[in-house]
Amino acid sequence: MTTLTLSVNGSTRRVTTEDRTLLVDLLRGPLGLTGTHVGCDTSQCGACVVRLNGETVKSCSVLAATLDDGAMVETIEGVASDGALHPMQQAFSECHALQCGFCTPGFVITAIDMAERHPEGLSAAIVRAELKGNLCRCTGYQNIVAAVLQGAAAMGVPVPEREVSQ
Amino acid sequence: MTKPSQPPFTGRTEDRRFLTGAGRFVDDIELGRQAYMALVLSTHAHAEIRGIDTTTAAAMPGVLAVLTGADVLADGLGPVPPFFMPKLWGGPDGYGTLRPILVTDHVRCVGDRVAIVIAETRDEARLAAEAVDIDYAPLPVVTGARAALADDAPRLWADCPTGNLSCTLRLGDAAATAQAFAQAEVTLKRRLISPRVAPSSLEPRACIGVHDAAEDRFTLYTSSQDPHGFRAVIARNVLKIAESRLRVVSPDVGGGFGLKAHMHPEDALVLWAARRVGRPVKWTATRSEALLTDTQGRGQEVEAEIALDRDGTVRGVRVEAWHNLGAYFWGTATPPIFFSLQLIPNTYTIPAVDLTTHAVFTNTAPMSVYRGAGRPEATFVIERLMDEAAAEIGMDPAELRLRNTIAPEAMPFTTPTGMTYDSGDFGGMIRIALDRGDWAGFAARRDAAKGRGRLRGRSITSYVEVAGVMNERMEIRFDPDGALSIIAGTHSHGQGHATVFSQMVADWLSVPLDSIRYVQGDTDTVLIGRGTFAARSSMLGGTALMRAKDALIERAKDMAAIVLEADRAAVEFSDGMLRVTGTNKAIPLTEVAKLYYLPAGPANALGIGLSGAGTAAGKPGAAPNYPNGVILCEVEVDPETGAIVVDRMLALDDVGRVLNSTICEGQIHGGIAQGLGQALLEEVTYDEDGQLTSGSFMDYGLPRAGHMPHIESHLLEVPCTTNPLGVKGIGESGAIGAPVAIVNAILDAVRPLGVGSLDMPVTQVRLWSALRAAEEMRGAA
Repeated sequence: MTTLTLSVNGSTRRVTTEDRTLLVDLLRGPLGLTGTHVGCDTSQCGACVVRLNGETVKSCSVLAATLDDGAMVETIEGVASDGALHPMQQAFSECHALQCGFCTPGFVITAIDMAERHPEGLSAAIVRAELKGNLCRCTGYQNIVAAVLQGAAAMGVPVPEREVSQ
Repeated sequence: MTKPSQPPFTGRTEDRRFLTGAGRFVDDIELGRQAYMALVLSTHAHAEIRGIDTTTAAAMPGVLAVLTGADVLADGLGPVPPFFMPKLWGGPDGYGTLRPILVTDHVRCVGDRVAIVIAETRDEARLAAEAVDIDYAPLPVVTGARAALADDAPRLWADCPTGNLSCTLRLGDAAATAQAFAQAEVTLKRRLISPRVAPSSLEPRACIGVHDAAEDRFTLYTSSQDPHGFRAVIARNVLKIAESRLRVVSPDVGGGFGLKAHMHPEDALVLWAARRVGRPVKWTATRSEALLTDTQGRGQEVEAEIALDRDGTVRGVRVEAWHNLGAYFWGTATPPIFFSLQLIPNTYTIPAVDLTTHAVFTNTAPMSVYRGAGRPEATFVIERLMDEAAAEIGMDPAELRLRNTIAPEAMPFTTPTGMTYDSGDFGGMIRIALDRGDWAGFAARRDAAKGRGRLRGRSITSYVEVAGVMNERMEIRFDPDGALSIIAGTHSHGQGHATVFSQMVADWLSVPLDSIRYVQGDTDTVLIGRGTFAARSSMLGGTALMRAKDALIERAKDMAAIVLEADRAAVEFSDGMLRVTGTNKAIPLTEVAKLYYLPAGPANALGIGLSGAGTAAGKPGAAPNYPNGVILCEVEVDPETGAIVVDRMLALDDVGRVLNSTICEGQIHGGIAQGLGQALLEEVTYDEDGQLTSGSFMDYGLPRAGHMPHIESHLLEVPCTTNPLGVKGIGESGAIGAPVAIVNAILDAVRPLGVGSLDMPVTQVRLWSALRAAEEMRGAA
């Protein structure tokens, strides 16, 4: 057993975990953050994507006990602030980029990270390529691509006008 | 044909909880003292069980119980029959299996449920499940439907009088078709395969069983498309209790696609286990368990023939097909068997058809409904034949289709398979697609591609869907404060019902959208419902909801007549007000609602409460609807590598009156993505021993963002004439036309190189191999 002190969505949380526990199970179980989902067992689907010390990770492929004390974990529950949706969340809703909603948290986290990593600008082709680690079975991705571009534009990332309106 | 006019889309009412991580899927639910179930699954595709030793497992840390098929029998739990058999739809009797929730002495596929372990934690349950020792005596295995009909094939069900054949369904007129073939100028025959695919909802199946010993009552939380259907089967067949003693709750459901339209053994196992251990018991499938144990879709091999004249007049179609049922006749396996034949005439005036399909048991996971359920198989057959026929007689494939298309003036039109289309402008759709998709400009694009070393191909596909099965009930109920709830018999798991149905009620009743609560998925709250599948909810849920509104208004008039001191016949409803015609006397509907809940007053005489319920009926017994459309597709193939890019995808869909165009188009995008997966990537595979070789998402390919083209979707409205809203379904449309659209376009690209046949999925390696084989043939010639 390992005792960890983590920063989870800005709050300090102290948890005890078995050596075999995956980060996603720590989040969903002891930490009660069930917005992070498990859609496969082989790190293919991206429903479990969270940010760990600022970088996106598939939380199903991180052993919780390997985290350093003070590690910073950000999950979907921490994305909206004071009840106001993040521009990326807003864009997903306005573009109808979610249907059943199961994969959505992983996509939103991935999309925010993508926008932040591409201050020079995003295009539909880049977004499609960068979404290779996330599976959605409902939407056919088209509205997700549109939402990522619209959300990124709202975050100040240059996006070709034509592609936002597509 | 008109284009829908719609207000701008601003998001769905259900979006916020999913976007903020507040969705409530079954695995998110934690109940006090909850224990966990793990499955012991058969590792053999076909074997006798000589013995099961549970002693080691039972002694492991945290284990509460290890249960086997013998315990199922001892506790008197019944087996599960098919949800219904083909006979209910006018088909043959057939052999339906009775499947126990745990097998006792005979496993018939890998993934058959042999035992369960209940433990304090998920890990403890899984570790103990691995320690259950089963003595198998392997039996010969057969995984293919045609192979299973061989005289020396191993038999799965000793008491099935027809060997591994469950039933044979025949439609059409064999004699007339034989005559048509004898008279036709051209006949051709092709072998066409729709392989098994895995529905793969991103949320794996999950359930929690609860038993309240004090009341002797069960609660099942399950990821379901049809909570009342689950309740009926589990209460009647397995637990043998009154339905009132089982509550089924289906909270947020992470995709269904037909997989969750019927119960699986785990739904009953967690309830039984909960009663056994006296605690709630939870089970959530891993993805590998899902791929092993979920029902699968498609799985049909077809020998298909078409007869036509050189002027393009199609005279007849003859089909013999084999549907791979898997080890059991399970759930709703009947619709794919029917629809895979019934929709073969498609949008065409084919005078004679002779259609046969055999439903066959094999040592594979059970087949059941998956988005489209037989319609994609039928469309694949007829549209492949049309393209092959066009190539054979040297006619433009669009022209061949237009020559045989049912004219709008011919409506209602009854096909030789007994489908009566009420409306549709199939030819008009093709002509619009040709125009929008620049069919005429293809040659230039093909030549440009050639300059880049690519082969470009195109296709045009017509499809028709039959939507709206069974009846449905919807209820609108005011609360004492004037807010209201929609109590839905349908079940949304991504389709946006809470948005669409609430908006309809808000518009009808002129009440604020945020005063409407949308309720579904709880058998204690919803009197009865059929759930959502087969593109049924817009027509049946929508029509029932409209009738519920009408009933509610009629009842509101009773109260209005009293408080406005008017003749009941003079009260009318408009703009949220009940008005006395010819006067300025009026009262808001919401005020009438409040009066109905007062502790005294007119409600004493009228009865307490203001609500309305409505019913709508579809097939069988009443008319369904026939959504239809056209897909125009262009692909580019790299002849060196076999790489395929779907470059253009134009989808025209007649969905009748459009309720919400953005949500409709979302359904089309998703359906086309699943169709693309079927065409290019997805296939459930078993080796010769019946071992699953596509057991994870590393081996089973789902489409990703980079596989998908930008889809240009156009909705066109030809109102349905058989329901008062004029709506047609949308949920399955994209999945019906897309597979064959993509395969036909690829074949159009490579046919000049001598590749005349490609089986789905047309993976890069499969196409590369076909191109190399054709190259060798050319070299040899």
